[in-house]
Amino acid sequence: MSDKSAREAVGDYRYGFHDPENATIRFDKGLSEQVVRDISELKNEPEWMTDIRVKAYRRFIEMPMPSWGNSDMLNQIDFEAVTYFLRSSKGTEKDWDEVPEDIKNTFDRLGIPEAEQKWLGGVTAQYESEAVYHSIREDLEEQGVIFLDMDSGLKEYPEIVKEYFATVIPASDNKFSALNTAVWSGGSFIYVPKGVHVEMPVQAYFRINAKNMGQFERTLIIADEGSSLQYVEGCTAPTYSTESLHSAVVELIAMKGAKIRYSTVQNWSANVYNLVTKRGVAYDNATIEWVDGNIGSKLTMKYPAVLLKGEGAHAEVISVAYAGKGQHQDAGAKVHHLAPNTTSNILSKSISKNGGRSTYRGILQVTPKSHGCRSKVICDALMLDPESQSDTYPTMEVGNASADLEHEASVSKVSNDQLFYLMSRGHSEEEAMGMIVNGFFEPFTRELPMEYAVELNRLLELEMEGAIG
Amino acid sequence: MGGELLSVNDLHVSVEGKEIIKGLSLTIKTGEIHAIMGRNGSGKSTLANVIMGHPAFEVTSGSVEFNGTPVEELEVFERARAGMFMSFQYPSTIPGVQVGTFLRKSVSAVRGEDGPNAREFRKELKSHMKSLNMDKSFLSRYVNDGFSGGEKKRLEILQMLLLNPTLALLDETDSGLDIDALRVVADGINSITSTAGCLLITHYQRLLDHVKPDFVHVMIDGKIVKTGGADLAGHLEARGYDWLEA
Repeated sequence: MSDKSAREAVGDYRYGFHDPENATIRFDKGLSEQVVRDISELKNEPEWMTDIRVKAYRRFIEMPMPSWGNSDMLNQIDFEAVTYFLRSSKGTEKDWDEVPEDIKNTFDRLGIPEAEQKWLGGVTAQYESEAVYHSIREDLEEQGVIFLDMDSGLKEYPEIVKEYFATVIPASDNKFSALNTAVWSGGSFIYVPKGVHVEMPVQAYFRINAKNMGQFERTLIIADEGSSLQYVEGCTAPTYSTESLHSAVVELIAMKGAKIRYSTVQNWSANVYNLVTKRGVAYDNATIEWVDGNIGSKLTMKYPAVLLKGEGAHAEVISVAYAGKGQHQDAGAKVHHLAPNTTSNILSKSISKNGGRSTYRGILQVTPKSHGCRSKVICDALMLDPESQSDTYPTMEVGNASADLEHEASVSKVSNDQLFYLMSRGHSEEEAMGMIVNGFFEPFTRELPMEYAVELNRLLELEMEGAIG
Repeated sequence: MGGELLSVNDLHVSVEGKEIIKGLSLTIKTGEIHAIMGRNGSGKSTLANVIMGHPAFEVTSGSVEFNGTPVEELEVFERARAGMFMSFQYPSTIPGVQVGTFLRKSVSAVRGEDGPNAREFRKELKSHMKSLNMDKSFLSRYVNDGFSGGEKKRLEILQMLLLNPTLALLDETDSGLDIDALRVVADGINSITSTAGCLLITHYQRLLDHVKPDFVHVMIDGKIVKTGGADLAGHLEARGYDWLEA
């Protein structure tokens, strides 16, 4: 496919470049128990991990495709056409200069590691299946903070991984968590010791470069009692005419009084299936915050979840989704109030444009023994044209009458009066639309680190260009 | 007095097939203040909106020229960049967009290369906000979101001062203002009239106590039925509009 026709197929996509693929190891397409065993063997994993993988693979084969979300799109996924493992470099480098040139070029274009020098506590860059670069600030290391890519985490801290791996999200949770558990590779492994506060955010950057590639990173974050951590994750993929599959699993564990904020801005090209399972468990007085931005992809199905297991725990889920032409963003949040006096806030904002479709799908559960719970759910949808679509599926299961729940939902359109007002101040229609859209997402954007906020605003402005009239 | 800034010739305007302006002509030169008075529904606001280019209104015949260029050749934002400004009767709310950001972006869009740099902009902003009795906390609020009527009007005038137009269309800028706010707004208008033409749309005399128009036009049923000097406004205040109706 020529550059031009690829552009036409996906529209303006900022990170749509791709580098020549120089794989040192590339598995044949398709999935079998042998492929799963080969991945594990190649990584020299302990036997118990191989067993987890194989069992998960069997679950994956048995489990049906989800019957909700977007079945038409899901059923188009050809699991046999996906490459499940691809190694692009010989190992994980600690020195940026040691990273292979072509991979370095990619991340340089994405602004890494300049960002690291400026404001990050640590960074991991993952290219295809495995981490290619990793660093952590010395002071954090001295305090006992572990920040590794998941493969290294398993090698260096097998007992911690064994204790927590797949405890928040079991393989059998859904078809895609089973797939991830079978073929996972890369992702982040973080442990923050008791009482340690990591002031600067740590970051991981995931990029799919090869065609028909599946990326199955696995992230496990444990914040021990009274500690805190901010983790930021960015994802991109280049533009290909054929589809890629991104199916990650992220597990968070916030012990008593700990706080984890997990921020994501995903900007996938329009042919990526983004089917991600994210869930955290919060013990007594712990807080888990998901800040989740979804731009691009063909189909995203993602519902960051929090299990409020300890009294006084708090969940915060702020998410935005932007669905352009041919895209479906099926996103939302799930919060389970499993203990008394737990609280949660959910804010979901979505924009649909050029026939794009965005869906809010959420669950709010309060169990019978959980008295004194409070929750507020706000879902706002903005439609930029009449061809676009927005739906909301909020589910509430409330077993305790003392719960104080609020739910607000709104669907709005950009009005001619708003556009006229902004245009009368010298802004073209595209600029005016960009301003309205950025303003609509502002409650999300202001929660992001500055660089991400600026980048997101720029992406949205780009999305508004040349698409009106 | 400069050349013709705005020239409206036998203008007819419809909205959804209904004629609102039925043959109206008007010429404004730089430095002139024109007041258009009339009852609700006489077509005054439509006139301002048509000149600025609101898409809901259709010019069925006649013309509007701005600096000699037919306005239909210009998009709304191009009219703004060419020096036209409208103060809205009901300015829109833009949730999530901070006033400070909005003002900076608008000044840069309208005044472009010739506009102020970042430091000059802050200086201008500070001085205009002071003259309008606006607290700097305004800048971090969202555009018109939760604003009182008076706050909205002040923000409109602040934009006018910053955008420095050559033609200002002020649509009911005086409505909903207390006497102090009215004086502040009037000072704002007076400060631009040496370099701009001004079209004031109002149905009250009160703003005209503070801003002295060169011409007062009375609009009834889509037409200007009478034109006079500043004293005509006083007559209208005393006698109403009935004596002008056929």
